[in-house]
Amino acid sequence: MLRENGFGSGPTSGGKTNGAPVNGDPPIRIGVYVCHCGTNIARTVDVERVTEKAGELPGVTIARDYKYMCSDPGQELIKEDIEELGLNRIVVASCSPNLHEGTFRGATAAGGLNPFFFQMVNIREHASWVHEDRESATDKAIDLVRAAVRRVHHHKALETRRVPIKPEVLVVGGGIAGISAALTLADGGKHVYLIEREASIGGHMAQFDKTFPTLDCAACILTPKMTQVRNHPNITLMTMTEVVKVDGFVGSYEVTVKHRPRFIDVSLCVGCQQCIDACVYKRGKFEDEFDAGLSMRKPIYLPNAQAVPQVVLIDPEQCIQFSSGKCKQTCVEACDRDAIFFDQEERIETLDVGAIIMATGFQTFDARRSPHYGYGIYPNVYTALEVERLVNASGPTGGEIVLRDGEKPTAVGIVHCVGSRNQKSNPWCSKVCCMYSLKLAHLIKEKTDAEVYNFYIDMRTPGKGFEEFYQRVASEGTHLIRGKVASVYQQADGDGELLVDVEDTLAGMVRRIPVDMLVLAVGLEPRYDAEEVRRTFNITCSGDGWFMERHPKLAPVDTFTDGVYLAGCCQGPKDIPETVAQAGAAAGQALALIGRGYMELEPNTAQVIAEDCSGCKTCIPLCPYQAILHDDAENRAEINEVLCKGCGVCVAACPSGSIVQNLFEDTEIYEEIEGVLAYA
Amino acid sequence: MTKPEGKPKVAFYWCASCGGCEEAVVDLAEGILDVVGAVDIVMWPVALDFKRADIEAMPDGSILASFINGAIRTTEQEEMASLLRRKSQLVIAFGACSQLGGIPGLANLYDREGVYRAAYLESPSTENPEGTLPRLRSRENGYDLSLPGFYDTVRALGQVIDVDYAIPGCAPHPKVIQAAVATLLSGELPPKGTVLAPDQAVCEECPRRESKPLDLSISEFKRPHEVIIDEETCLLAQGLLCLGPATRAGCDAACVCGNMPCSGCSGPTSRVLDHGAKAISGIASLIGGDDEEAIDSVLDGIPDPVGTFYRYGLPASLLRRKTLS
Ligand SMILES: Cc1cc2nc3c(=O)[nH]c(=O)nc-3n(C[C@H](O)[C@H](O)[C@H](O)COP(=O)(O)OP(=O)(O)OC[C@H]3O[C@@H](n4cnc5c(N)ncnc54)[C@H](O)[C@@H]3O)c2cc1C
Ligand code: SF4
Ligand code: SF4
Repeated sequence: MLRENGFGSGPTSGGKTNGAPVNGDPPIRIGVYVCHCGTNIARTVDVERVTEKAGELPGVTIARDYKYMCSDPGQELIKEDIEELGLNRIVVASCSPNLHEGTFRGATAAGGLNPFFFQMVNIREHASWVHEDRESATDKAIDLVRAAVRRVHHHKALETRRVPIKPEVLVVGGGIAGISAALTLADGGKHVYLIEREASIGGHMAQFDKTFPTLDCAACILTPKMTQVRNHPNITLMTMTEVVKVDGFVGSYEVTVKHRPRFIDVSLCVGCQQCIDACVYKRGKFEDEFDAGLSMRKPIYLPNAQAVPQVVLIDPEQCIQFSSGKCKQTCVEACDRDAIFFDQEERIETLDVGAIIMATGFQTFDARRSPHYGYGIYPNVYTALEVERLVNASGPTGGEIVLRDGEKPTAVGIVHCVGSRNQKSNPWCSKVCCMYSLKLAHLIKEKTDAEVYNFYIDMRTPGKGFEEFYQRVASEGTHLIRGKVASVYQQADGDGELLVDVEDTLAGMVRRIPVDMLVLAVGLEPRYDAEEVRRTFNITCSGDGWFMERHPKLAPVDTFTDGVYLAGCCQGPKDIPETVAQAGAAAGQALALIGRGYMELEPNTAQVIAEDCSGCKTCIPLCPYQAILHDDAENRAEINEVLCKGCGVCVAACPSGSIVQNLFEDTEIYEEIEGVLAYA
Repeated sequence: MTKPEGKPKVAFYWCASCGGCEEAVVDLAEGILDVVGAVDIVMWPVALDFKRADIEAMPDGSILASFINGAIRTTEQEEMASLLRRKSQLVIAFGACSQLGGIPGLANLYDREGVYRAAYLESPSTENPEGTLPRLRSRENGYDLSLPGFYDTVRALGQVIDVDYAIPGCAPHPKVIQAAVATLLSGELPPKGTVLAPDQAVCEECPRRESKPLDLSISEFKRPHEVIIDEETCLLAQGLLCLGPATRAGCDAACVCGNMPCSGCSGPTSRVLDHGAKAISGIASLIGGDDEEAIDSVLDGIPDPVGTFYRYGLPASLLRRKTLS
C-alpha cells in the first residue's frame, strides 16, 4: 500500500510492468534458460521445475532448460530464440558471472540484441553447490530466477566504452626483474622508462659472485643485460629516481617522478674516476653500501665496478663542500670533462605511460632482530649478503674469504632460515635461502677448505637442478645438521671463536660446534617502504606485506589495478629464474594490453544527473579512484567516466539520489529484492 | 478533467497536525486572495463552518481539489479522507505530516497504549488521578458519548487513500504553496504522484554552499545549543548535523538562513525511496575516524538517530514503525 501510493515511494512506484509495455516501448519478451551444467546443477536443483516456474512469470515468452548452456548449441539456442521469437531480454540461470557472463552477453549480441539486455543467475555456486536438500535448493533457484526476470524488465541498452592506450611503459626498479621486463618490452618495440632509486641498476643480483644451482657467474650474465639497457634506443633509463605520484588510469597513466641530484652531469661523465683519486679524502672513509659495509669509499664514488650508468656520484651528507662550503674541490680540478655541479637540484618530471610494471624487489631480514645469533655483537657473525661480497672476485677482498682480521676461517657455520619461518619475525619461507646457503657452503669450501656446517630446519630444494646441487654439496663433505640453532656465544679467550649450540634432530642430541665464522642466511622481506609505494600506485599488499597479485593462480602478474603488473621479488620471494620468468610474463601482459590499442570498459559506471545535483559535495572525497570532480562554476559534481570503476560508493552516498549507476539503478535493485522475496 | 459548473470548488481539511499548515495558508496573505476569489471553498474547518454532512450531500467528484494536511491516526480522519477522496477530482497531501507522516509519525515507535500512557498518565503536566483514558464509548450524565478510534499506527495520507500530489514542508513554504497552486490552476497537470516543489536538495538554494569544503570529514557532531554558530560557513563543516544535502529544496534554505541546520521537513527528492536511510548513508560517509572506536565516538554525537533522520517521515519510510508486539 505504502509504495503504490507514491509519496516517499520514489523510484519503484511505477515498477510493476508485468510484461506490459513501459511508455510505448515494445512489450517485454524474456527468454529464460536454465542450465544443468552436466549434473553440477541438475543433481541438486530440479531444473525442470525451475524452468516451468520461470515460464509462468510475467513477461517471459519462453523458458527452456539445457544440458550445457555455455556450449555452442546452448548459445545457439539463445540466438535462434531471439531471432525467431522476437525476444528482447535474456536470463540465463547457470554458473557464476565471473565464468560465463561474457559468453552469454556474446550470445545475446549474436542474436542481434544489445548485450546488456542480458542478466545472469548463479544457481550453481549459490544453490546446487552449497545446498543438499533438493527441494529447498530448487525453491531458492526459482527465487533467484524470479529476481532476475523482474530486474531484466528495467535493463537498458548500454555501450561498452573504448579508450585508447598509450604505448609507453614504466618499469619501476632496475633489479634483474625490471631489467628483464624492460628489455622484453623494448625489443617488442615499445618505449620503456626504467626508473631506479639507486645510482646504478642491477639490484641484489649485481652483488653476487655465482648463482645457484648452475654456479654461473652473476656478473657474466647480468652485466651484458645492464649495458643493453643503457644502449637500447627504446629505453630511457633514469637512476636516482623515484615515483612520487600516479594519476590517470589504465592506458593513460600520468606519473610524476623525482630525480635526486647526483651532482654529476650524466651526459658528461665517462666514469674515468680521476675525481675519486683527486678527492681531498686520501682514503675511503664511508661504508660502501654495495659491499654491504665491508669496504670504505670516498664521498665521491662509483656505485660499483659494473655500474650502469658508469657515472660517479657525490654523497652530499659526506662531501666537505656541502658541509662547510669550503672544500678545495680537487675533484672539480681533476675532471677534464667539467662534469661536476654542486648546485644540481632535485628535479620533477611527468611521464605519460599506458602500463606500469612494478619490480621493486625485496630487502633482506635485519639479522639484529634475532639477537641470539650474535649479529652486530660478535664481529665474526656475517650476513649472507656480506659473504656474497666476500666471495665475489670484485668484492672488498678480491674474492678471498677472510675474517675481519684477515685470517682465513677454518670452520664456518651457516644458519638457514634467519628471520624466516618464524612467527616472531617473518612466518613465510624465503624460498632461496636453502639454495644460496648450499651455494655459499660450496664456495667457502672451495676457497678455504674450511669445515662447513649448514644448520637447517628443512632442506627445501624444489627446482630444476636444485636437488642435484644439494647432493653435490653434500658429497663435497659439507656437514648438514638438521636442527635449529639455539644460541651463539663467543669464547671468552678464543680470538673471536664462536660456539654454536644446536639440537641435531637426526642424531638426537644437542651439539656445541666451535666455528670461527658464522653466516646468517637472512630471509627476504618486503621493502621498508612497500606500503607507501603500494599506496602511490594504488595496488594492494597481502597480509604479509608483499604486493598482491590479482589471482594466485590465474593472474599471477596482474594487480587489482588494471594496467599495473608485478615482476620479481616485490610480489614474494623467488630466485632469479622465477624472477626472470615473471618479468617476461609481466612484459607480455603489458604488450597484450598495448597491442589491443584500446581498452574496453564495462559500462557499469556512475553518472551525476547534472540538473538534479545540488552541489553538496558529499561524493567528492569518497571515490577511491578520484573519479569525481567538483565543477566550481556550475556547482555540480562530475564523474570522469573513464576513471569510474563502478564501485557504487558515491551512488549510495549521494544524499539526494542524483547519482545513478548503469546496471545498478534503484529500480533494478528493488525489483530484484522484491523478486527474491515474493514467494510464489 | 470535467469542468464543473461555476467557480471550481476547493476543500481544506486537517487531520493529525499542529495547525501550522493552516497558518501557512493564512500566511499567504494577499498572495492567496486572487485564488480565493477564483474558487469556492466548500470546507475549511479552521475558518468556515461547513459540516461533514454538507460534503456528503455533494455529488462525487464535484470538488476540484482537496488539500488535506496532517497524518492519519484516527478512524474519523480516515473516514473524512475517504469522503473527500470520493468527492474530489484531485487530492493534495499538504505538508509533511500528510505527505510522509510527519512528527506525529514518531508515535510509530510506540503503540496506542504507549501513546496513551505518555499523554494521559505519565507526562509531567498531566493531572489524572483516576487514570481516565480515552474510550470509544462512555456514558456521562446520562448521555452516550463516543470518540473516534485511535490506531496503533500513524499513516501518511497516501497510505490511506489515493493521493494525486503533495506539497512538502513543515509547514510548506509560501513560495512552494504559491507555485504549487499556480501549477494546479494552469491546467497542465504534472504526472500523478508528483511532489510539487523543486527536485533538488536544499544545498542548491543555500547561501553557505560555497563554504562547504570538498573533503569534509566530521570528527565531532555538535548540537546547536552547544556552540556559537558561524553565520556564513556551511553548518556541516561546523559539525552541525544539517540535512540540507538530503532534503528537497523549495524553502530557500529558510532554517539555514536562520542559523539553524536543516532538519529535513521537506522530505527526500523524488529519486529517494527512504529519506532517513539516504540521509544516514550520506552523513555517515562524511564521518572521519579510521577505526570502529573513533567512528562510534563521532556517532555518540547523534543521541537520537530516529528522531534526527526520520523526524518527518517514519510512517512513509521503509521502516514504517517499530514492530507491534
Ligand atoms: C644472499 C642472497 C643470495 C641469493 N643468491 C641467489 C642465487 O644464487 N641464485 C638465484 O637464482 N637467486 C638468488 N637470490 C635471489 C635473488 O636475489 C632474487 O631472485 C633477485 O635479486 C630478485 O630480483 P628483483 O629484481 O626482483 O629484486 P631486487 O634485486 O631487489 O631489485 C629491485 C630493484 O628495484 C630498486 N627499487 C626498489 N624500490 C624502488 C623504488 N621505490 N623506486 C625505484 N626503484 C626501486 C632497487 O634499488 C633494486 O635495484 C639470492 C638472494 C639473496 C638475498
Ligand atoms: S561509482 Fe565508485 S568509482 Fe564510480 S565515481 Fe562513484 S565512487 Fe567513484
Ligand atoms: S549542508 Fe546545509 S549548510 Fe551546508 S551547504 Fe548544504 S544546506 Fe547549506
